[in-house]
Amino acid sequence: MSAFSAIGDPEEAEEDEFTPGIEPQPTWCPGCGDFAVNNALKKAMANLGKNPDEVLLCTGIGCSGKLNSYFESYGFHTIHGRSLPVARAAKLANPGVEVVAAGGDGDGYGIGGNHFMHTARENHDMTYIVFNNEIFGLTKGQTSPTSPKGHKSKTQPSGSAKDPVRPLSLSLASGASYVARTAAVNPNQAAEIIAEAVEHDGFAHIDFLTQCPTWNKDARQYVPYTDVQDSDDYDFDVTNRQEAGEMMYEVESKLYEGEVLTGRFYKDDRPSYGQEKRSTGEMPEEPLAERYYDEDAEWERCAEQLIDKHT
Amino acid sequence: MTDQELIWRIAGGSGDGIDSNSRYFAKALMRSGLDVFTHRHYPSRIRGGHTYVEVRAAPDGAASRGDGYNFLLALGDSFARNPSEEAYYGNEELKPLSENLDDLREGGIIVYDSGLIDDEQVAEINLEERAEENGWHVYPVDLRGIAKEHGREIMRNNAGIGVTAALLDMDTSEYEGIMDEMWNDDILEANLAVIQDGFERAQEFDQTHDLEMPDHGEPEEAQALVSGSDAIAYGALDAGCRFIAGYPMTPWTDVFTIMSQNLPKFGGISEQVEDEIAAASLALGASHAGVKSMSGSSGGGFALMSEPLGLAEMSETPVVLVEAMRAGPSTGMPTKPEQADLEHVLYTSQGDSSRVVFAPGDQQECYEQIRTAFELAYDYQIPAILVYDQKLQGELRNVDASFFDREADGDPGSVVSEEEIAEAAEHHAGKFKRFQYDADDGKEGVSPRSVPGQKGGRFLATGNEHNEAGHISEDPTNRVLQMDRRLGKLESIREELDAKGNQTHHGPDEAEYGIMCWGSHQGTVFEAVDRLNDAGRSVKAIGVSDLMPYPEAEVSEFLESVEECLVVEMNATAQFRGLTQKELGRFGPKLSSLLKYNGNPFEPAEIVEGFESSIDGEELAVNNMKYVPAAGD
Repeated sequence: MSAFSAIGDPEEAEEDEFTPGIEPQPTWCPGCGDFAVNNALKKAMANLGKNPDEVLLCTGIGCSGKLNSYFESYGFHTIHGRSLPVARAAKLANPGVEVVAAGGDGDGYGIGGNHFMHTARENHDMTYIVFNNEIFGLTKGQTSPTSPKGHKSKTQPSGSAKDPVRPLSLSLASGASYVARTAAVNPNQAAEIIAEAVEHDGFAHIDFLTQCPTWNKDARQYVPYTDVQDSDDYDFDVTNRQEAGEMMYEVESKLYEGEVLTGRFYKDDRPSYGQEKRSTGEMPEEPLAERYYDEDAEWERCAEQLIDKHT
Repeated sequence: MTDQELIWRIAGGSGDGIDSNSRYFAKALMRSGLDVFTHRHYPSRIRGGHTYVEVRAAPDGAASRGDGYNFLLALGDSFARNPSEEAYYGNEELKPLSENLDDLREGGIIVYDSGLIDDEQVAEINLEERAEENGWHVYPVDLRGIAKEHGREIMRNNAGIGVTAALLDMDTSEYEGIMDEMWNDDILEANLAVIQDGFERAQEFDQTHDLEMPDHGEPEEAQALVSGSDAIAYGALDAGCRFIAGYPMTPWTDVFTIMSQNLPKFGGISEQVEDEIAAASLALGASHAGVKSMSGSSGGGFALMSEPLGLAEMSETPVVLVEAMRAGPSTGMPTKPEQADLEHVLYTSQGDSSRVVFAPGDQQECYEQIRTAFELAYDYQIPAILVYDQKLQGELRNVDASFFDREADGDPGSVVSEEEIAEAAEHHAGKFKRFQYDADDGKEGVSPRSVPGQKGGRFLATGNEHNEAGHISEDPTNRVLQMDRRLGKLESIREELDAKGNQTHHGPDEAEYGIMCWGSHQGTVFEAVDRLNDAGRSVKAIGVSDLMPYPEAEVSEFLESVEECLVVEMNATAQFRGLTQKELGRFGPKLSSLLKYNGNPFEPAEIVEGFESSIDGEELAVNNMKYVPAAGD
């Protein structure tokens, strides 16, 4: 038996395999958009024939971070904003594992903004889902990086003087090779996009519009939405960085004017970071983690290096 | 240590090749059979300024820097001049000569580059007068001119080597052998010619000094010249570490660089990332996925790691962190040593800590203890920190090459196999009981660990308090069981460490007085102890390496056996003495402190002086150290 026999094992490919057996009741509020992310992720993984034991889900802190409790797989519920560095190292250490990171708009675009920029730049082979509900939920309703300008909250009672972050443009500019936006109100599109993102060999970023029925009162804030791939009004080439960028700018401007556009905005087939690193000899061809279980692995010792250089 | 020793100081501007030149020189002396030890002093600056390296060489052991030195090779600061040969940093080109005179011993030798430092400048610092007072022997040589003749001014330092060899009656063949390993063709020839020219020039001098190269035979076995950072990096690789993530910060950068250069050759991965929070988080990610991994930083960068460090403790993700101390607080003095991050390393991050902390006292201990750090981290699923400082980081010392001839350790520690997972007694909600309360694998508190990709082993690692399967839980009973289990690991670790005996003792068992130290100046303290005993005092020393868990029994025994104990450390607030008092809860009246925090490490004579003052209850004569009497005095 190999050390990682779950990897690539299509035996368990039912959607309910990703639903934990005896679980605490979700702490998400009734009507929360986070349920939709969980459902879409389960559906995508099942459709791809993944085994929960070959999936690693890394989350940050906040309502989004609790996804780890309701999605059955290996998990690492990290700390606020830090899901990406943990996730990308896990992928480098064992490229066979399917790595997904998830966080909220505060977690991903605020406190973890630096990691977001660099993980996208490096084009790590992983999927990153950001639950974007334009509010800090678990800390009870403060303005977030994606809250609209003028948004009033207990911490910004006169209304936010800041323009919101433009996550799609930021992602593209940073170097993500797959950028999409979907919404909780569109479960089918969400599952399809997540599946595409998981299959994509590179950093796939999904800005997932969710609603916060408790702190952002308009629970139906992303209805109606338009799928840009289904509409003749939005003609752009998803493989063209400039066209994609212009489209994203339009989409992000319109969101705050009430027009919700979702879909795939950018897709580039450039090699992932792992491939690049292997091609320069900075990373082994075989999954590094396997060496520890391979009885025939040769563990080189330092003495030769040391003697060569220092005697 | 006998009186017969050479302490050769080469001084110049940063970028003048001081570091590489002194390394080759030290290696040449080592190959000729001498024990060597180097001490580096450099500013936080890329080019120019005043920098020096001392190479101490003696026939029978050189384990610390000495008191002052006896041979100055002052290259002048070539970066003080612009291309049109005008000085543009005022008189900085003189600094390698002028700044080093205070520490030069009576009867010492001065060689300076008269091609860069002219007579007028020398007159300004009254060199002639001072040389007469101190019995110094001054040899001006146009090193720059010699190097220029052979085409490259940067080879001035090798002209200086030739002069040094002639003045000390030293055989240059070992040094030339090193040049031969480093260079080829024209460059090699030019360097050899420069050395030869310098040698011949100095032979023409009327030599007035009596300093010679110390007596030596051939080395009995092959020696390796290594720094603390070399030893840590090689120890980590031999411990099976195959992943490192970091962000450059002095002095941590050294370990990071050595690892980065070697890991690909060993089939491992190195990642330079956006910040230190990311660096430590990556190390956790790789470790979670099953690879032995490490990260590290220095004071300010380590501060950023306190978050992931706490996560490692709570999620029981093994990791090894290296903290290379420099003078603080904040940015402090980036290139100067200090031991003031002790409390930072022990207590940083929120909540009750359970981590292992080592402070190696020399190069061998660096190698040994990083291996132990990996072993314990991966056996006990706990973060282990190795703390050292800028002094040990850069000091080179010869060690028997055979010391490093060890097997690499590919054991991933407490990870279970898929077969064991399949046989596990109880699974909770489809998940593996990763954080089982009462698992029994012979190590207290250690529960079985699986890694992603293993069939049936899935679990949730989290920074929240969690139950046996990893689910977030605020249940009070579970909380206490989990806390006690995690903290309980330290007891088993203490037992393992006690058996290993990482503490280093020096001096006669029955001595009347004690000196305690931790970390990098262990060798300096031991040398001071020898001198004190030679002078009729009765003193022994202990260099403490285990900081958490603290070696209660061994230190208690040491302190019980002495009348009084002086705790020597490089910080202003006696942090290690504080730790000792806190951990042992007694001995307060026995412990006094000798502190130094001016950016320069202790010299052995300073410790001798500090000890004498503490016994006699006298004021310290030197103003760069502080004596803090025992509590209750």
